[in-house]
Amino acid sequence: MSPQLLSIVTLWAAAALYAVAMVAWSIRLSRVADERVRARAGDDAVVAEAPAREKVSVAAGAAAPVDDAAVAAMASGATSFVVDDGEDDAPPRSAADRALGAARAAMYLGIVLHAVGLTARFFEADHVPWSNMYGYTITGSFTAVAVFAFVQSRRDISYLGAAVTGFSTLTLGLAMTVLYSAADGLRPALQSFWLVIHVSIAIISTGVFVVAFAATVLQLLQYERADGEREVTGGALKRVGTKARNVVVRAAQRARWFEAVPSAQKLETVAFRLNAVGFVLWTFTVMAGAIWAEHAWGRYWGWDPKEIWSFVIWVLYAAYLHARTTSGWLGRRSAWISVWAFAALIANFTIVNLFFQGLHTYAS
Amino acid sequence: MARMKLDNYAVADAPRLGLRGWARWIWRQITSMRVALILLLLLALASIPGSILPQYPSNATAANEFVASYGWWGRALDAMGFLDVFGSAWFTAIYILLFASLIGCILPRIGVYWRNLRTPLSPAPSRLDRYEDKDEAETDDARLALDTAAAGLRDQRVLGIAIPSRIVAITGWRVRVDERDTRDGGRELALSASNESLREAGNLLFHLSLVGILASMAVGGLLTYRGQAIIVEGGSFTNAVVDYDSFSSGNLFDEDELDPFTLTLDELDATFADDGMPEDFTAHVTFQEPGDDAFSTTIQVNRPLQVDGGKIYLQGNGYAPDITVTDSDGNVAFSDAVPFLPQDGVYTSTGVVKVPDVTSGDQLGFVATLLPSATESDGELVSVHPDLLNPVLIVRGYTGDLGLDTGVPQNVYVLDESQLSPMRDEDDAVWTVALSPGESVELPDGLGTFTWNDTSRYAAFDLRTDPTLPWLLAFAIGALVGLAGSLFAPRRRLWLVAPLASEGVEGVTDDGTPVTVVRAATMAPAHDAGAAEQMRRVLDAATGRSRRVEKE
Ligand code: HEM
Repeated sequence: MSPQLLSIVTLWAAAALYAVAMVAWSIRLSRVADERVRARAGDDAVVAEAPAREKVSVAAGAAAPVDDAAVAAMASGATSFVVDDGEDDAPPRSAADRALGAARAAMYLGIVLHAVGLTARFFEADHVPWSNMYGYTITGSFTAVAVFAFVQSRRDISYLGAAVTGFSTLTLGLAMTVLYSAADGLRPALQSFWLVIHVSIAIISTGVFVVAFAATVLQLLQYERADGEREVTGGALKRVGTKARNVVVRAAQRARWFEAVPSAQKLETVAFRLNAVGFVLWTFTVMAGAIWAEHAWGRYWGWDPKEIWSFVIWVLYAAYLHARTTSGWLGRRSAWISVWAFAALIANFTIVNLFFQGLHTYAS
Repeated sequence: MARMKLDNYAVADAPRLGLRGWARWIWRQITSMRVALILLLLLALASIPGSILPQYPSNATAANEFVASYGWWGRALDAMGFLDVFGSAWFTAIYILLFASLIGCILPRIGVYWRNLRTPLSPAPSRLDRYEDKDEAETDDARLALDTAAAGLRDQRVLGIAIPSRIVAITGWRVRVDERDTRDGGRELALSASNESLREAGNLLFHLSLVGILASMAVGGLLTYRGQAIIVEGGSFTNAVVDYDSFSSGNLFDEDELDPFTLTLDELDATFADDGMPEDFTAHVTFQEPGDDAFSTTIQVNRPLQVDGGKIYLQGNGYAPDITVTDSDGNVAFSDAVPFLPQDGVYTSTGVVKVPDVTSGDQLGFVATLLPSATESDGELVSVHPDLLNPVLIVRGYTGDLGLDTGVPQNVYVLDESQLSPMRDEDDAVWTVALSPGESVELPDGLGTFTWNDTSRYAAFDLRTDPTLPWLLAFAIGALVGLAGSLFAPRRRLWLVAPLASEGVEGVTDDGTPVTVVRAATMAPAHDAGAAEQMRRVLDAATGRSRRVEKE
């Protein structure tokens, strides 16, 4: 098999596996929600039925501090343990656990195949695959899932799984269908080790921002859900806006899976920690870009469209970090700033690459 | 909220300022922070038009065209600075204000930080059992245990080398140990430690570095120069303002500082793939400083040549057809390689030959287009590849006055046709010929001959110096390190308390030595899962406890 074919086949397979993972993460979310609701309703019953068992599970939860969702899963694990007749020694597996297993398996397999696909592309092109939008997109979709998988391995953020794998399914699919271009040589302007440094860090930080953004969206939904529907008043535009918002709020309130989503405050912490990592990496990206520009073009900064947008993104995330420590801005408002920053990030990869002329134009 | 409390110096500073000072300080902090936030948002917003509208500094032609084609709209945008956003008054105002706010914010915080460092830590709380993360272990020597803990915390190493304790107070733990009375009349040893300084140090370093970056850029703008020199293969260039094709410099740049070296372009290698995509450009050059030996080296697109007076970049390249023109009297009026400007990816290039020095009669001018790999397509000649596979030169001639004597500097790539008329053939059609290399052609009306001898390549070199680059790099690294510290440095407090003397005897070991219980507690932001573990490690080391690490 030629590297080209291998790359295409494995990337498609990865996209398909991410789609499977997305479904499994969604199921996991709704099962955790179900069990949480059930656990809440049936707490007394369980304790009455098997007090000893319940104690075991609570003790386990206390020994290793874990996330709410995991505690819920554990508690429900105990529930099913009680229901089992207890003959086999296999650890109890609830529906949520099974979905988690399936999601993980599909996601990890997807990551492995995705990595193979990227490597094959590297051999096909004979250089790092970051010289056009296709290359960025297949790598960016990889780093998003990889960042998620990494964080997920350390603390339970499975409520973000569906969004992240969904994002990667979509972007990888778009890359394979719309953006695909056969590999070719590397222009002299790109023949630099700074390409590897600058672009790889840019793509990694994008992956981090994607996961943070997923958390931010949930955070904002939590606020709106808590606020409930609003009265439709004001001018036509405002009415449409409020109506649209109410539709979202109703959907969020009705969605059972939302029971498994942590509190807005917790989501804000998760989003902040990711955004902070992303911001440091982005700072490095901009600096490395300036050093490279100094080498290649003889000036470190020239307000080229790509440079302008990298700067805008950087400033917006800096504003987000300041907003978090400005009284009255932590929470909803700072979250919105990070949404704008993320929108600028996506615009930088799409609109700016496609429509703006500049020294970076060879990227498209 | 806990985060705000720990981060905000207004609060940390509270006890010493009194209530009114405190309120004022908070108010100032909040307002300036809000102002900083708004300025940051404005800065982002104000930058965007710079990417959408054509900008004079990067593309003056496009900007002029924009003004011309959008009528009063174009003129209005131009007048308001939208076609030079980053030099406009409003953009400058925003970032000057931002940096004023930044400096106004940073200076007092440095003072506060400095004083905080010199203020002793607050002693350990008398009761540790109200903290969530706590632990205890037994020892037979409380003093030794706390001394061990204190020494361990103060000991910070980088690559095995111990950091001096003054610096550890910033980069690591500050520690104090008190011997004090307990409530019930006994004595106890209390260790209090905090590693919260690094975070704020990082934040200050970051913001200061931003100021440094801006200052370096401003100074760099004054001290820098940038020039472009076009050298045809075999030709050379001497580093003096008159030898540059274009030259610009900052207000404080002294032209006498140009180091009078010479740069000779021996050869320019340009390789292209079959589809015409460039693969490599390498300029083989000889560089000589007066009084020094010449040396040969190469300059590539991403590999500028670093010389004493700055850097030399390979910024462009193209073809320079070697052309000879004889006049009507048969004398050679012009003979030189003329750099042509590439117009597209396949190096279809245009150039201009000005022949002012004819023996008699009108001056001559030529406009020529070079097609490196000409083929016929729909009855027209086009080029399909940047290499000279089938070079063709299409020439038109003009006679008249080239307009060189007006004193106004002329663009060497453009023929001013205002006082010229095209040469015409016998049929009175505009005279145009297509030449092959080595071919010579008679001009109409016995005006002379035009010969295309052969074709060299030329290189366009940018020369630039900016003495502030090392400073910029240093400040950029400072900003990055500071930022990482500011965002990731842990903020932990740690306390160990052990009763002394008879009060502490809670038991006796088998061999009769008294046993003391050392209590420990720690406080850290909620997400910092490592704090409790560190506390246990410190306690282990202090008491010699060996712990089975349970992971279930
Ligand atoms: C050029 C403009 C500025 C940029 C790019 C910038 C950038 C940043 C960044 C990235 C952080 C995050 C670090 C952290 O959260 O610890 C930060 C924090 C901070 N900045 Fe700025 N800053 C700027 C101007 C200002 C100004 C004018 C002030 C004064 C009001 C200020 C005060 C602060 C403070 C107090 C923090 C600490 C926030 C915290 O507690 O985490 N900054 N800044």
